[in-house]
Amino acid sequence: MTRLSANDLTLGYQRQVIMRELSLALPESRISVLIGANGCGKSTLLKALARLLTPWQGQVMLDGDDIHHQPTRRVARTLSLLPQHPVAPEGITVRQLVSLGRHPHQSWLAQWSEEDERQVELALMRTDLTAQAHRSVDTLSGGQRQRAWIAMAVAQDTPLMLLDEPTSFLDLTHQMEVLELLKSLNRESGKTIVMVLHDLNLACRYADHIVALRDGAIVAQGAPQAVVTRERVKDIFQLECRIIEDPFFHTPLCIPFGPGSRSVGGESGLSGQGAPSMQTTESSSQQNMHTGSKHVTAGWEIDG
Amino acid sequence: MADVRALRIGGFSRAIVWRPWWRVLAVGVALLLSLSSCLALGKVPLGPTALWHALCTPSSDTGLIVWQLRLPRILLGALVGGALALSGWLLQQVMRNPLASPDTLGVTSGASAAAVGYLSLLAADSGSAWLPLAAAAGALVAVGLVYRLAWHRGTTPLRLVLMGIGLSALLTAATTYLLVSSAFSTTLSAYVWLTGSVYGGNWSDVARLAVGVAVALVAMGALMRHALLAGVDDALAVGIGVRVQVMRGALTLLAAVLAGLAVAWGGAIAFVGLIAPHLAKRLVRIPGTAQVVMSIALGAIIVMLADLAGRTLFLPRDLPAGLFVAAIGAPFFLMLLIRQVR
Repeated sequence: MTRLSANDLTLGYQRQVIMRELSLALPESRISVLIGANGCGKSTLLKALARLLTPWQGQVMLDGDDIHHQPTRRVARTLSLLPQHPVAPEGITVRQLVSLGRHPHQSWLAQWSEEDERQVELALMRTDLTAQAHRSVDTLSGGQRQRAWIAMAVAQDTPLMLLDEPTSFLDLTHQMEVLELLKSLNRESGKTIVMVLHDLNLACRYADHIVALRDGAIVAQGAPQAVVTRERVKDIFQLECRIIEDPFFHTPLCIPFGPGSRSVGGESGLSGQGAPSMQTTESSSQQNMHTGSKHVTAGWEIDG
Repeated sequence: MADVRALRIGGFSRAIVWRPWWRVLAVGVALLLSLSSCLALGKVPLGPTALWHALCTPSSDTGLIVWQLRLPRILLGALVGGALALSGWLLQQVMRNPLASPDTLGVTSGASAAAVGYLSLLAADSGSAWLPLAAAAGALVAVGLVYRLAWHRGTTPLRLVLMGIGLSALLTAATTYLLVSSAFSTTLSAYVWLTGSVYGGNWSDVARLAVGVAVALVAMGALMRHALLAGVDDALAVGIGVRVQVMRGALTLLAAVLAGLAVAWGGAIAFVGLIAPHLAKRLVRIPGTAQVVMSIALGAIIVMLADLAGRTLFLPRDLPAGLFVAAIGAPFFLMLLIRQVR
């Protein structure tokens, strides 16, 4: 089943074409992640799916209708969007910010109904921000702020959520926190989530469906295990890597390496390539502990 | 809910930000104090009992001074200041820029050019009765032009600000040309207008401006939610179903009408539109009802007190209020900015 899809989409800015005749159907109630190198068009595609960008040709279909032919408020009751660098009004509190998400449910007359209030409090609770609700958004830490933005999208109460790199500029803990939150929204409320992620390993862990893009075209799509292979990573990112099983999530784990990397006791493909110019012995052996060791991988490899 | 209060009557509902309520209350008290001191002070100073007596007997000598000379002028100043402050607050929201003010969009320069043009070219034939209309028309035409020039498949705040600055420079040049090429007496009255003054305000001025401001306030009540939304970036706004260009156009129009009304009766006094919202934001950090009320009240107080200074400090001369808005407001504004940096 799909509610959101793209038909023969040609997208571009000014005179520059970004992608030609791309078609894509996003599975309902699943987490889909768009991956690809910088400039591959993944953010552009997400913008088009969120109707921020008018396609040159083709359509984005939402529930069987062209998204650009539907009233924007109606679309906003079905689909929410968190852009890459959202800007908050000066001095606004967390609760006020979250309540902005209720906009598509409000009218000239009713601008703060009991349902609005209930949904906002619920969104604050789900994102664990109730205690911070009265605080100014400017005073929040990066992780809290990102949660506040997500809370705003949650308060919008839409079955579909689109997010453009929701983990950028967050440290590892907060990246996990945001992705766990999105996963719980997907699992508990059945929300369809479509996001762009930079980190391939996080994408593999949290995605049900991965869409890999290169130069504005879809290279592969499907479950992480099927999509993320050594050849594909090389194809998409121009990067050598090894793929092993994530010991925790049992999803593919990509260990990239370059000509400068050296693996102590690693396999032939890894060791001896290039000079060990950047690393001290200590950090090499640490890297080895995490990556190269045969004990951890226990022989299970998707590729490589 | 400490920060947001719900106001619900049947299907009507609003989120009211009232915190910190005591500051709003304090500004209300300050407004009343300014009003009474403006009523009491002047060429004929009145004590509290004399003022009360004058207010109770409108036909007495002092009653005439208070009711027919001082009160309309004070109210006119308050309306002008409040309207400019609200206009400035709106524009700072829409442009997402704390430096935005009615000046930024060319309101003042448009009104000035039109007013000076009227004074030097038409006033000899038709008197100065149509001056407010000319100024308001000039303001709206200037904003319309800025909007049109900045439009390219929609507008962005930055393009609007830049176009406003560019057009203002052009209009100021035109104003200067008109000033230097017209008769000396015209130049003098034009200068008073350009400084901004509520001198000679009467009840019919007050009534007309009050109706205009009341209509604008009703529109503001309807647009409040959008005024808050204007602060978020366009992508996010589209995401929550806002028609961004319609919203920006409506809010800009409202701000332009408010500033146009104000300069029509108060002259080029628009600096209030920059400092009053700034002050209000320092007193009420959270954007919303309390901040808007605070801006309006502070704008009113500033112009009232500036006018009071203008007509009492250099007796028997009556100096334009705009002079004191700038002379007292500017150093105060600079001090605020300096303290903010520390």
